[in-house]
Amino acid sequence: MSLRTSILLAAAFAFASISAAAPPAPGTSPVILIQNATILTVSHGTIERGSILIKDGKIAEVGAGIKVPAGAKVIDAAGQFVMPGIIDCHSHIAVEGSINEGSVSVSSIANIAEVLDSEDIDIYRDLAGGVTTANILHGSANSIGGQTIVIKLRWGQPSSKLPFEGALPGIKFALGENPKRSNFSIPGQPKRYPATRMGVEETIRGAFTEARDYKNAWDAYNKKVSAGEKNLLPPRRDLRLEPLVEVLEGKRYVHSHCYREDEILMLLRVAKEFGFKVRTFQHVLEGYKVADELAAAGVGASTFSDWWAYKVEAYDAIPYNAALMTHRGVVVSINSDSAAEATHLNQEAAKSMKFGALTHDEALKLVTLNPAMQLGIDKRVGTIDVGKDADLVIYNHDPLSAYAVAQKTIVDGRVLFDREKDIADRAGLENEKKDLIAKAKKAAEKKPEEKKSDEKKPDDKKPDAAKKPEDKPKPPSGAVHRDSGEEAISAPDGGAL
Amino acid sequence: MKYQIAPKKFFYFLYFLCLLYLPAPVHAQHPPSVYAITHAKITTLAGATIDDGTLLIKDGKIAAVGANVEVPAGAQVIDGKGLQIYPGLFDSVTQMGLSEIGAVSSTVDSSETGSYNPDVVAATAVFPSSEHIPVTRASGITEVLAVPGSGGFDFSGNRGVIDGQASAFSLAGWSMDEMQIKRSVAMVLNWPEIETRTFDFATFSRKEKPFADAKQDYDKQVNQLTDWIDRARHYAQAIGHGGPSDFERDVKLDALAPVVRGQLPLLVFADKARDIRNAIEFCEKQKLKMILAGGSEAYKVKDLLRSKDIPVILRPTLYLPDEEDDPYDRALSQPAELSKSGVKFAIASFDNSFARRLGQNAANAIAHGLSYEEGLKAVTLYPAQIFGLADQIGTLEAGKIANVIVTNGDPLELTTDLKYLFIKGQLTSTDNRHKRLYEKYLNRPKP
Repeated sequence: MSLRTSILLAAAFAFASISAAAPPAPGTSPVILIQNATILTVSHGTIERGSILIKDGKIAEVGAGIKVPAGAKVIDAAGQFVMPGIIDCHSHIAVEGSINEGSVSVSSIANIAEVLDSEDIDIYRDLAGGVTTANILHGSANSIGGQTIVIKLRWGQPSSKLPFEGALPGIKFALGENPKRSNFSIPGQPKRYPATRMGVEETIRGAFTEARDYKNAWDAYNKKVSAGEKNLLPPRRDLRLEPLVEVLEGKRYVHSHCYREDEILMLLRVAKEFGFKVRTFQHVLEGYKVADELAAAGVGASTFSDWWAYKVEAYDAIPYNAALMTHRGVVVSINSDSAAEATHLNQEAAKSMKFGALTHDEALKLVTLNPAMQLGIDKRVGTIDVGKDADLVIYNHDPLSAYAVAQKTIVDGRVLFDREKDIADRAGLENEKKDLIAKAKKAAEKKPEEKKSDEKKPDDKKPDAAKKPEDKPKPPSGAVHRDSGEEAISAPDGGAL
Repeated sequence: MKYQIAPKKFFYFLYFLCLLYLPAPVHAQHPPSVYAITHAKITTLAGATIDDGTLLIKDGKIAAVGANVEVPAGAQVIDGKGLQIYPGLFDSVTQMGLSEIGAVSSTVDSSETGSYNPDVVAATAVFPSSEHIPVTRASGITEVLAVPGSGGFDFSGNRGVIDGQASAFSLAGWSMDEMQIKRSVAMVLNWPEIETRTFDFATFSRKEKPFADAKQDYDKQVNQLTDWIDRARHYAQAIGHGGPSDFERDVKLDALAPVVRGQLPLLVFADKARDIRNAIEFCEKQKLKMILAGGSEAYKVKDLLRSKDIPVILRPTLYLPDEEDDPYDRALSQPAELSKSGVKFAIASFDNSFARRLGQNAANAIAHGLSYEEGLKAVTLYPAQIFGLADQIGTLEAGKIANVIVTNGDPLELTTDLKYLFIKGQLTSTDNRHKRLYEKYLNRPKP
């Protein structure tokens, strides 16, 4: 067996799903037949003029010439392309308020799952870009950040229905400039430890030393309890250390923000010392420099397509990163870190065909099967196979093109985005808005003493500065940017302050 | 220390050797200056596409384009069979050369401090060795406009009003003198906004302001701006009439003189419909030539833009709408809407490290209803026309600067490769920092 094969096998083994969790109760999910489509299965090639039968939220059949079942809704996708729903391994959508509990260097007590916001319009916008699943991460202000959660983009459902059933929760780690606060200082606030990469390592080592002791204390207690000892005092609970114990026990994934090669190897070393696994490195813009080490450790790499130069640790970023790591046996995904970037992840994946010569299938995997493997949900999503969740996107062109526009996005067998319907509904919505404004104006005229600024719109989206202030102390270097990723100091669609 | 040769003596020794063996100082040979690309599909953007034609480059300029161009003796011939030739792309609002690493202020020269800096010129601070330049040209962009300010902020979070002069240059050359197409192309004006919500950098928090107060601040800023323009006009009249010999010159008013004379356009950054309307009204009243930059809500004032003949440099199409109830594809479909209304526009990156997404942004506009030709022109000919550079760049026509790309397909598509790159008529390398790092680590032995 060649070294490369064994690394690939090791990587595949490391990414085997923990379990195929129970599917959501599908209820009255319709029977849908997609016909005449070019089907990009990702797992077993391309099917020309193929059909996909959807039943109970699952893919029931895939192939050519499937008969239309009675009562099925037929989607004629002639000339169109179907691919698995896009999985964004690094997202901050659907969150109410700030994503950064930035006051401390170990913020494992904070949990993104508790602040999910199912009414965030970015859920719908990302659906319209073909995204069906997203890994919602805490920010990168801390060496050990908050707890994270995988969601499905079930637009229209309450926050409690967003979590991806059975997907292991995660925790955000962060290395380099962000946790050491290189580019951020708030007037009047003292400098926070750590301020160097040396300190970042020791912050993580310190926390896991505590977590190990804490786990030992509980293990000893539980052992005594099961041995029948009575009148024992349990150890005092520590909500900060509990998630770290889950990491040690393999019940919680580590998603670590990082840039430089040295800090990547540092975390692998620390993980080995304490006996836990790093599930994914996020951003990992210098991953290409240590691709063999990543492959050997069975760690996933989730990166940007072509972001660079927004800070020093991004100066060696190259658009060949995804391809080079893939060729060395790393399971690689392309992520967004930004609601705007997420709307065209298919295009971002395509760039790896130009930069590093990935095949069409390898490029597609960067935003489907590979992130599914990285999140341990590949038995449920990531390819078009019988039995998997019916999470699909229909494009009018090959999705690995700048001319591809998503036409329909299906989650759990339900069409949650339909471009035709969206466009058809616009006139009605515009009229509704006008009516509401007229009513509001009328009401305001009745009570002139209460009339306030006519410039204030109560429904205005909060500026991103309010959403993610911690990591955006500096204005973008030039353009007025919008909706930046937390990472972006100068992103393509960066953040307005 | 024993073997050390005194440096001075060693130098004389070398000099002596040189005199003996070298007939002349060593300089690299100038590469050939005549190129013929034959049998290629040529999209000239100045007439019909030529399916099988020749493009002739001579002395930095396009010498001829056509189906029956004679290849002169001594020309370097490139077989363009199966390839396509286009004008290089023009990214018409960038930070190119002004900003190297966004987070490191010592590498950023994009925004001067203070509100009125009409005298500063981008070309002065463009760093010709910036790593962004080779990276960007490898994506088929052959020339850019470096724009000071660009609607951005200085490092204390202040937004300047008049931020200086934008410069156009080609993305290759040994010095800015060689690269420069035109030093002063437009004067940057950040149109003041009525800001009810601001971000306070001192306390790092969001601040709300009553509309009346915000409007008062806005009026004050517009009055100041009006005052500057009035002073510049009086100044220009005075210097135009000779004035007394001891007339006191002022560098800032000197810089504004071509603006008030209508010789230099204002590149006005504004996004909201209200701000655009106010800016148009102001420029009309002051008789100033206006180019709109940004234009997120240009669609709301498209008829006004069309009737006043004001062109727009749009920001990238791949961004989300500002308002929650805007259609999700607002930015993507705006170019098609403006095109239908007859508004002239270009699309630009408004950045440097993301400049290479220029083609992608144009392609996405095409995917949302813009015609292919209009999309391609929005990143080539139209910005050249808007900035008054169309006699030099923007199409493949004899006499223009030979900024030319040779590709294996659509230059706006993500997977198209650039086969040959000509900048100012020189066959230019597509090597860059990213390629070099890739090749270095591609060859890393297994640890």
